Amino acid sequence: MSNQRSKDAKGAATQTGPLLEVKNLRKYFPIRGGIFSRVVANVKAVEDVSFNVQRGEVVGLVGESGSGKTTVGRSILRLIEPTAGEVIFDGVDVTKLSKAHMREYRKRMQIIFQDPFASLNPRMSVGDIIGEAMTIHNLARGKEREQRVAQLLERVGLSPSHMRRYPHEFSGGQRQRIGIARALAVSPQFIVADEPVSALDVSIQAQVVNLLQDLKEELGLTLLFIAHDLGVVEYISDHVIVMYLGRIMEIAPSKDLYANPIHPYTEALLSAVPIPDPTVKRDRIILQGDIPSPINPPSGCVFRTRCPIATKECADVVPPLVEVTPGHFKACINR
Amino acid sequence: MTPAARPAADSARPTAADLPPGTDAAPSRVRSQRPGRRALRAFLRNRLALVGVVLLTLIVLAVIVAPNYVPASLAVKPNPRQMLSSPSAQHLLGTDEIGRDVAARLLYAGRVSLPVSLSAMLIALVTASTLGIVSGYFGGWLDQLLMRITDALLAIPAIFLLLTIAAVMRPTVTVLVVVIGLLAWMDLARIVRIETISLSKRDQVEGVKALGAKNFRILFRHILPNIQGPLLVAAPLIAGRALLTESALSYLGLGIQPPTPTWGNMLNQAQQFALSAPLLAVAPGLAIMITVIAINFVGDGLRDAFDPRRS
Repeated sequence: MSNQRSKDAKGAATQTGPLLEVKNLRKYFPIRGGIFSRVVANVKAVEDVSFNVQRGEVVGLVGESGSGKTTVGRSILRLIEPTAGEVIFDGVDVTKLSKAHMREYRKRMQIIFQDPFASLNPRMSVGDIIGEAMTIHNLARGKEREQRVAQLLERVGLSPSHMRRYPHEFSGGQRQRIGIARALAVSPQFIVADEPVSALDVSIQAQVVNLLQDLKEELGLTLLFIAHDLGVVEYISDHVIVMYLGRIMEIAPSKDLYANPIHPYTEALLSAVPIPDPTVKRDRIILQGDIPSPINPPSGCVFRTRCPIATKECADVVPPLVEVTPGHFKACINR
Repeated sequence: MTPAARPAADSARPTAADLPPGTDAAPSRVRSQRPGRRALRAFLRNRLALVGVVLLTLIVLAVIVAPNYVPASLAVKPNPRQMLSSPSAQHLLGTDEIGRDVAARLLYAGRVSLPVSLSAMLIALVTASTLGIVSGYFGGWLDQLLMRITDALLAIPAIFLLLTIAAVMRPTVTVLVVVIGLLAWMDLARIVRIETISLSKRDQVEGVKALGAKNFRILFRHILPNIQGPLLVAAPLIAGRALLTESALSYLGLGIQPPTPTWGNMLNQAQQFALSAPLLAVAPGLAIMITVIAINFVGDGLRDAFDPRRS
């Protein structure tokens, strides 16, 4: 399967090495003011973020609202143009590609959105929504397109007869399946799942996560799974990246992170994951205050203003990501 | 592609589980129509829309065939012996202050007023949606430029612009249509722009961008269909306003010149007889009103027919 896949993919440069390398990614959103619309400040949404995603793995990207995780996901796909940094996909820096060249890469990298009610055109039938991708890239038309849409619908757990219906006739979970089918329509290698289950009922979340897991295994997909809740990510991810205020706090293999969190922010996040056992007592670490403004982030370590173990030195240096055990990185000078 | 690789029984599992029992979100009836045919059926089911279509057809037909049955002289030639007469078998709606048949004038006036208002409406709709969408979607300096032009036109009272144009050009029907149409699009363009901006930021458009769609497809398949609502609501209002602008121009001696009747100039001339012969004002007034309402019904019908959520 994966052989055929890489033959389809145009310009597959390397077969070894990570599928995706993000290097020093930075995204500032300018705030304009005054009569001449000068840039008066920047929202520093993403600040110097680097990580790798290996072929066939699922990387979880976790952080609270405002941590920049969605901006990272969208910058990789160039739905947002990054301010600086490189996004190297299969050996090619996609941030430098022309629009036309980027279009080729859009077949290989796709996105699933958070809100299944805002991400589907209400005036198009489900068949057109999923089939549009094939039309755009001239992959299939007419009867063939219809057949492939039917297969995709079955693949994501819907029925081919749903093709003629419209998005408003479906529940949130079903719509999310339609969104997944649309992303799969171009047979991508890599999918950014941008909080794909956050808007869904808890009872349906597991089904959609299971579906993504199945798809990943059968199609050899590589996933960047964005979430604000470590509990959801634990199950599906091979590696987890924890972000706070635009910076990476900790990267670790999934099991390692949950068994042995190093960064105080990760500890706090983990202590917030509910345990379905009322007899287990646990000390919850409640962070004080809100996430600071990304227009004016704290000096040194951005987490120091809410950190239980912060010291004076934390204000002076931006803690570098240091490898503690193989594959386990932390950005904290006190641990 | 391997979507078919999975056993059917397995893939059927999550669908049913997705929905709690008794809350089937999707009706079980399978629709097999194409979108165009579905819209047509929805339109034909809408009674008010059909009333609108029938009214408009009747008005247009009456105006087209009028010269075959009613001599033009009745509408333009003064008849001093019949001034301000009440309705009778001979003059169904009576006569005006110089003895012309009001019914005949109404029909002949429609031959000018209908094309003027409908084409002005079309020009305004096309201009407003094109500029509004381009401005809202592309943004940047293009947006600034287009919106400053729009503001400038909004700031200058239309009547002064019209006066200037009329002074330079002889006001033929074509000139009138173009001028009225080009002065009626500004507020709508601003509404379209705002709708476009909010739509462009939605994931539904981001998703299509991520698929690699070109701007042309995004604008025509994903933005235009979703801003139909305000366009179709504004259309009849613009048509009505165009009729009145035309009459204001005639009043100033710059529009269609007497003795050629228009609904607008008939309404204006009837002012002085509002108390003695109210029918002189009521007749053209009703003609304008019925036309605008009919366009409104058709517009609402189209809006609902093209929206899958309503039909």
